[in-house]
Amino acid sequence: MSRMSRLSHTGRTSKRDRTPKTYTRLTHPLVRDSRDEPFRQATWGEALDRAARGLSAARGTFGMFSCARATNEMNYVAQKFARVVMGTNNVDSCNRTCHAPSVAGLSAAFGSGGGTSSYGEVEHTDLIVMWGSNARFAHPIFFQHVLKGIRNGARMYAVDPRRTSTAEWAESWLGLNVGTDIPMAHAIGREIIHASLANESFIERATTGFEEYEKLVEPWTLSLAEKVTDVPAAAIRELAHAYARAERAQLCWTLGITEHHNGTDNVRALINLSLLTGHVGRYGSGLQPLRGQNNVQGGGDMGAIPNRLPGFQDILDPDTRLKFESAWDTVIQPHYGLNLTEMFEAMEEGTLKAVYCIGENPAQSEADSEQAIRRLRALDFLVVQDIFLTKTAELADVVLPATAGWAETDGTTTNSERRVQRVRAAVTPPGEAREDIDIICELAARLGHDWKYADSEAVWNELRSVSPDHYGMTYERLEEHQGIQWPCPDTGRLEPTYLHGRLWDADPARRGRLAPFGLVQHDPPVDLTDEEYPIRLTTGRRLDSYNTGVQSGGFASPLRRGEYVELCPEDAERYGVVVGEEVQVSSRRGAVVAPVWVDPALRPGLAFMTMHFPDEVDTNQLTIEANCPIAGTAEFKASAIRIEKLPVATQVR
Amino acid sequence: MTVTPLGIPRRLLEFTIDGEPVRAPEGSTILDACRSAGKDIPTLCQGDTLTPKNACRVCVVEVEGSRTLVPACSRKAEPGMEVRTDTERARHSRKIVLELLASSVDLSTTPQVAEWIKEYEAKPDRFGPDAARLNEEPKIDNDLYVRDYDKCILCYKCVDACGDQWQNTFAISVAGRGFDARIAVEHDAPLTDSACVYCGNCIEVCPTGALSFKSEFDMRAAGTWDESAQTETTTVCAYCGVGCNLTLHVQDNEIVKVTSPHDNPVTHGNLCIKGRFGYQHVQNRG
Repeated sequence: MSRMSRLSHTGRTSKRDRTPKTYTRLTHPLVRDSRDEPFRQATWGEALDRAARGLSAARGTFGMFSCARATNEMNYVAQKFARVVMGTNNVDSCNRTCHAPSVAGLSAAFGSGGGTSSYGEVEHTDLIVMWGSNARFAHPIFFQHVLKGIRNGARMYAVDPRRTSTAEWAESWLGLNVGTDIPMAHAIGREIIHASLANESFIERATTGFEEYEKLVEPWTLSLAEKVTDVPAAAIRELAHAYARAERAQLCWTLGITEHHNGTDNVRALINLSLLTGHVGRYGSGLQPLRGQNNVQGGGDMGAIPNRLPGFQDILDPDTRLKFESAWDTVIQPHYGLNLTEMFEAMEEGTLKAVYCIGENPAQSEADSEQAIRRLRALDFLVVQDIFLTKTAELADVVLPATAGWAETDGTTTNSERRVQRVRAAVTPPGEAREDIDIICELAARLGHDWKYADSEAVWNELRSVSPDHYGMTYERLEEHQGIQWPCPDTGRLEPTYLHGRLWDADPARRGRLAPFGLVQHDPPVDLTDEEYPIRLTTGRRLDSYNTGVQSGGFASPLRRGEYVELCPEDAERYGVVVGEEVQVSSRRGAVVAPVWVDPALRPGLAFMTMHFPDEVDTNQLTIEANCPIAGTAEFKASAIRIEKLPVATQVR
Repeated sequence: MTVTPLGIPRRLLEFTIDGEPVRAPEGSTILDACRSAGKDIPTLCQGDTLTPKNACRVCVVEVEGSRTLVPACSRKAEPGMEVRTDTERARHSRKIVLELLASSVDLSTTPQVAEWIKEYEAKPDRFGPDAARLNEEPKIDNDLYVRDYDKCILCYKCVDACGDQWQNTFAISVAGRGFDARIAVEHDAPLTDSACVYCGNCIEVCPTGALSFKSEFDMRAAGTWDESAQTETTTVCAYCGVGCNLTLHVQDNEIVKVTSPHDNPVTHGNLCIKGRFGYQHVQNRG
């Protein structure tokens, strides 16, 4: 050990010798009588009784945070708990902080919230657009499919404010200003129309609202777009022509599109380009949002969102409600529940008083984290079920130790290409930790609902019976095919790997609902830069780290260097700061101290940070809780900051 | 409308292996055909996710009309071919290859090689104790994986996996030529000063254990590594939404190694640093 650790810690002098906070597994339930007291260990009986008591006192003011990290089966049972036991549709998960706008935008256009194509198709396409996505770091194995595509002859374009390692593989990098995606998309759309490259027969056959769209984008000339985005007109023109002329094209995006106060509008603006060119509903042509958590797709599919029942079925549809009411012997509220963002607002207003939080860490993952913690503290009752005592769990009244969804539990998860795959228990959980589904069922029993599930497969089969899109996926078939993509309504066959082939059908009946163009306007980021806060801060993910770092802090990554505020060389020189020097970073909401890193992939006026080391540098104290009104996602990607040198005495080198 | 493009239908080619008639789809290698006919041929540098490199020559077979022995891993099957896998000439060649490799490289962690040495009656010791060996300490320069080049047979699979066939990181390459050839990062620096992104896709393809998880290396050193006591369970990664399949190798309730199924449509056997090495959090059990 000694030789190795000495080497790894001194190998690079520019790296700080900092290991992140390591979390140790929870092994016993924890309770306390008041928030001023420390936790004490409790029996499962006592902890569950307390949790049940706290929740039953909060009927009508309850919210459920389900877990995008846990299995489909757990999410199914969690949303059923909210709807049947607690009688509310207030159920959501961290999908809200990332890709809810993709789901909202795709379902508005196509009636279904999943990406329309598959990983394999990107290997057989002619053109790949990576928009607001550093997949090389954030989705490395998806990017291997992109690289196969490039090696097979596809051209790739990267649209991103940062010249990322994804952009290194691009034909052309379009380094637009943060929050100018709609001007860029509209200018591409206008150029395609003016160059007569629009797919007129597809537009006529499969879409609505083209005339309005044409009028909407008409002002966005290449030169106006160049002014707003700072991308040369010729580069925008080149991308427009390449996308429209390609026989097959894939448009992929990540949080650079969605984590904005108008994230859903951004998604619609990209979808418009696929409608304009017919790059959807065919093998190799499609739209691919790359999702950030192992089961964030599945959590929504299972109904752990406030507006959909399992199988992505709309709560407002009376027939759907009737089906679930008779399956579950209950009454389902005929209106949407509160999403995660609205639940936090309701905590502030005092109309949401109890929360059951499973496997999420909103105290550190929400934008404006100080506000999020204040709101969680204001709750009458908080139960947290997790594998670690996270910062959120530290605020709870009752903490229930759970098993890890991916290594200690049987079930399924659903990936970014809608592929449902089996997860299997490989190790025994520590101490008295129990499976999420068991714990939820114990609580349900104490609150008057006796659910009996022999195993995860029993839960899955119940889901199959109410969700036509999942009906054909038995555990046996999932094993046989190494996962099956939804929709899979039939146990005897598989559907195409892409969605919405119906849009190409000659028969209007089979073609179904036409896809509307999204009539969306440019709306710059809420947190404006000015003389006081002159730098645009954007956020993202690093290769070896993940979200709030609770998981990824557990292994000894040689790439880890802790949190830095990354500046371009010009800005570093302007502020007279050097690599490793700690500086004060302030926004209109808060301030943190962080060391400087210089990254030539950034441009003057643009800084970059992550939220991977919140116990060290709490980046979300800086971010703004300006939310997308449709999807509720906050504008993590655009806040205004300033950098100040610290007095010499406190410099840490 | 088809689910996936089927391409041109592949013909079945008819030829013989050791006198038995066989049929194999056009494009198959001799090795593919042998394996589906139930004939095992030793391989080292061949990888099911990589293009054949023809480096080790341990899979050579005789083909009627061919002046030289042919490598089964790369030679495509042809109609009417007469393949013989077990002739004196092929066996002799395999024996020499095994003797040369085993005398110059530590094959103690190479699966199956002991059986082959026995089967082909190879005597690596006959070159004496002075046979060319690297004789260097394993390179332990990070906490995730170890490079023990005493075990390297220079098959180049790691270079291909790191390079243009999968990872496209190009952190490692062949340095030196002839007898001095070896795998190294640029300037033979520690990994921590290289372009390495610690995906471990080189470990996944290494046939001899020259590249191994630090956890495996340490357990072998302590004498606690016991594959017969390990379970292998395939599950899905806990990090991003790509959904990579992980096979967890578990011994005494500890994850000791992570691989991925080579035929998996999401990963093709490849992972990133988080998927391959980011499992420790579940077993920080206090």
